[in-house]
Amino acid sequence: MAKRDRLSGNEAVAVAMRQINPDVVAAFPITPSTEVPQYFASFVADGKVDTEFIPVESEHSAMSACIGAQAAGARTITATSANGLALMWEMLYIAASSRLPVTLAAVNRALSGPININNDHSDTMGARDSGWIQLYGENNQEAYDNLIQAVKIGEHPDVMLPVMDCYDGFITSHAVENIELLEDDEVKAFVGEYNPDFYLNDRENPISVGPLDSVSHYFEHKRLQAEAMKNAKKVILEVAAEFEKLTGRKYGLFEEYMMEDAEIAIVVINSTAGTAKEVVKSLRAKGVKAGLIKIRVYRPFPVDEIVKALKKVKALAVLDKCDSFNAAGGPLFTDVTSALYGRADGIKVINYIYGLGGRDVKTDDIEKVYERLADIAKTGSVGEIYNYFGVRE
Amino acid sequence: MRRKLKLSLDSDVTWKEISPGGVISEAGNAEKFKTGDWRSIRPVWIVEKCTQCMLCFPVCPDSSIPVDAEGKRTEFDFDHCKGCGVCAQVCPFDAIEMTEN
Ligand code: SF4
Ligand code: SF4
Repeated sequence: MAKRDRLSGNEAVAVAMRQINPDVVAAFPITPSTEVPQYFASFVADGKVDTEFIPVESEHSAMSACIGAQAAGARTITATSANGLALMWEMLYIAASSRLPVTLAAVNRALSGPININNDHSDTMGARDSGWIQLYGENNQEAYDNLIQAVKIGEHPDVMLPVMDCYDGFITSHAVENIELLEDDEVKAFVGEYNPDFYLNDRENPISVGPLDSVSHYFEHKRLQAEAMKNAKKVILEVAAEFEKLTGRKYGLFEEYMMEDAEIAIVVINSTAGTAKEVVKSLRAKGVKAGLIKIRVYRPFPVDEIVKALKKVKALAVLDKCDSFNAAGGPLFTDVTSALYGRADGIKVINYIYGLGGRDVKTDDIEKVYERLADIAKTGSVGEIYNYFGVRE
Repeated sequence: MRRKLKLSLDSDVTWKEISPGGVISEAGNAEKFKTGDWRSIRPVWIVEKCTQCMLCFPVCPDSSIPVDAEGKRTEFDFDHCKGCGVCAQVCPFDAIEMTEN
């Protein structure tokens, strides 16, 4: 039986962690993710979980402790944001390549500098090639649901990869919204026991973890790691199907909003999708065939599926809450356009960088994007591909 | 059901058979790593000069001077000898010479 509650995104994630009852949580506070280990520490102090809580001295240590614990055979969770994630960088790759399914609540915040504590996606976008699975969520409900699913996805024997549960700093992490929570025993049964094939504390079958890998074997290990990321797509969908049975909430690789007959569409990540859906609704009321795709799974990137969903679209805008400084376009734009290349070449695609450092995103801004798309669809003339909105010109 | 980890560190192992994450599940596997192909110079054992004083074998960093059941040194293990030349330096009887590989 589901329980209705009102929680912030961070509270919801901390509750999910309490229900998962992981063996180890190692974390270091950083805005806006601080509340996750803060709430969780109170669960530990109140004896509501059996978790070994390790208050470390930095995020590099947090991820190192997570890697050590997970290698030992412990289910491990942590949380961070922005520069905390950046300080974990070295260890992110080691977690992924050592095939350790650590779970990380990544509360999106602009990466310094200049120093800024507000939301954009420059932190996790930078880690997009670290070998972590990345799930993104629009609101507190999705942040909660994704965290529970993340554990099961990462630990699947065909995957064995760490997973980030990404959601927007402040907008989602601190805003209190209605939420449907699972019962504790439902979460417990859903995630099950962590039972890895091999782990350091297994006395009967001793192993070494993290050895030197020279020219003769490194490439084979990386190739196997790449295969795990391919396998993840299927596993993510299987876990989502099981989750839907339990909750009635449907998750896929991305959400399609009014896409069936859409002629103009945007692709977007996280909370901005909520704002953009309002715009789509009002455009639809005026007879405009507008649609929206909200990416849930960014790594692995759903190439074939997104092509299928966009095939009939005439003009498309990809919205990046992060700039790539490649003088060509944001990371999501690059991924979407390379997916389309050779598979759906007729579509006109433009890119907007928006909302950097927490700059507010208004329905007016999104409306203008759709207006431009309508114009491109009509005239066939694309104009500037790499654009910004919300910046003072 | 837990799957058993297959040890797969042989030099011809394919990516499909290799252990995930480089995990090693068997002790003494350094032997499988044939460091001999790093060698650019090789030691030559001049048996006539050798007094079996046994000063060379303990200094070899790659355990590449095998000792038999009678406690005598035998021919170098060229699968693993890296050609560092330490044994030749140590031998008091000039019974080891370094030559081009
Ligand atoms: S050359 Fe070096 S590696 Fe080779 S046998 Fe002598 S000491 Fe050992
Ligand atoms: S140190 Fe020289 S003499 Fe002594 S055992 Fe080795 S090769 Fe023979």
